[in-house]
Amino acid sequence: MTSATPRDLDAIRDEARRVASTVVDPEIPVISIADLGILRDVVVAGDHVEVVITPTYTGCPAMNMIKAEIEQALAEAHLEPVTVRTVLSPAWTTDWITEKGRQQLHDYGIAPPVRGQGRTSLFAVARVACPRCGSHDTTQIAPFGSTACKALWRCDSCLEPFDYFKCH
Amino acid sequence: MPAGSITVAESPLLRAILRRADDVLVLGHRVSEWCGHAPLMEEDMALSNMALDLIGQARALYTYAGEVEDVGRDEDVYAYLRDVTAYGNLLLVEQPNGDFARTIVRQLLFSAFIDPYWRQMMRSTDATLAAIAAKAEKESAYHLRHSAEWLIRLGDGTAESHERAQRALDQLWPFTGEIFTTDAGERELIAAGVLVDPASLRDEWRATLAQVATQATLTLPEDGWMQKGGRDGRHSEHLGHLLAELQSMQRAFPGARW
Repeated sequence: MTSATPRDLDAIRDEARRVASTVVDPEIPVISIADLGILRDVVVAGDHVEVVITPTYTGCPAMNMIKAEIEQALAEAHLEPVTVRTVLSPAWTTDWITEKGRQQLHDYGIAPPVRGQGRTSLFAVARVACPRCGSHDTTQIAPFGSTACKALWRCDSCLEPFDYFKCH
Repeated sequence: MPAGSITVAESPLLRAILRRADDVLVLGHRVSEWCGHAPLMEEDMALSNMALDLIGQARALYTYAGEVEDVGRDEDVYAYLRDVTAYGNLLLVEQPNGDFARTIVRQLLFSAFIDPYWRQMMRSTDATLAAIAAKAEKESAYHLRHSAEWLIRLGDGTAESHERAQRALDQLWPFTGEIFTTDAGERELIAAGVLVDPASLRDEWRATLAQVATQATLTLPEDGWMQKGGRDGRHSEHLGHLLAELQSMQRAFPGARW
């Protein structure tokens, strides 16, 4: 990447962004890190590519794997050297999940986060649609699920249990 | 990673960061002790999730401590290589899990404070602490709600669950006074807008607990003599045992990685 012109740098950045966007969340392998909203920026600085990501939850164990997969994807595309930087601010929110990402979660059987649900009220009750049959006749089984970002719900119409991606 | 215990040259800011980090690491470790032992599968997952959040917050805070001390120490060094008297966590969070009621009461007493605390800390003049607070308050809101819902179920449940919940409240109450204490170094940071004065949140904390206790048909204890010392490294015997488990790998095999 030495002696690259500004236009080349833009092209490299766009290509790096495209490649980084193909990395999927290891725990929900149908949604890309771009559609999940955790890919914050891709910049070409000097002779290397810098990818900026932000964690969903502070203790999310997938972050190390996501970092490794970004490095690998960019290396395979010959976009090296690459550094992956993690930033905490601004804090990730489920509002950053794209429409495409919400549809992908839904199709995978995970109810996407209900918009505008207040987290801070002590006893808020979300109204979640079953991703299988669409019914709103649903009940929370447990507020914490198989990963930090999900809760366990049950549909009282089709009787299937399902994951709900918590509002964050 | 160095082999023996480390000594930290503590500035007021570094001490304040480590105290907050120690709170969430020690509580996270305690909560993680339920993994595989909780009364229900769903609760096993809930407690493990909460432990993960707390330890995640601790990682962010210890990492920042490393940046502030600036002698090349990472998060692991602070967690694994400080002796018990160097830990500055609240006595409340190191108290043993006891029965499920006691674990839930401990979680509620802490969460009802730390949730509004993080929300206020989002306006800290320290950008990194503000960023960590903005992450943590989203997580603590769930912990507060979860522990409040459980305390209502226990208090307003059977005669036995009610009695256990009330006993846990009575036993842990003397550890709550320490939450609102500050020392001279912290008061300087509060004046500079770096920290929030915990005492300014005491009324809100008590109102949250009163709301939950009423629904739970439980009685909040009167404030009496309060335990303290944790912030200055004077701990109950329980923390030493906890750290012996937490630190055993790094103590036995210094620098071990996987």
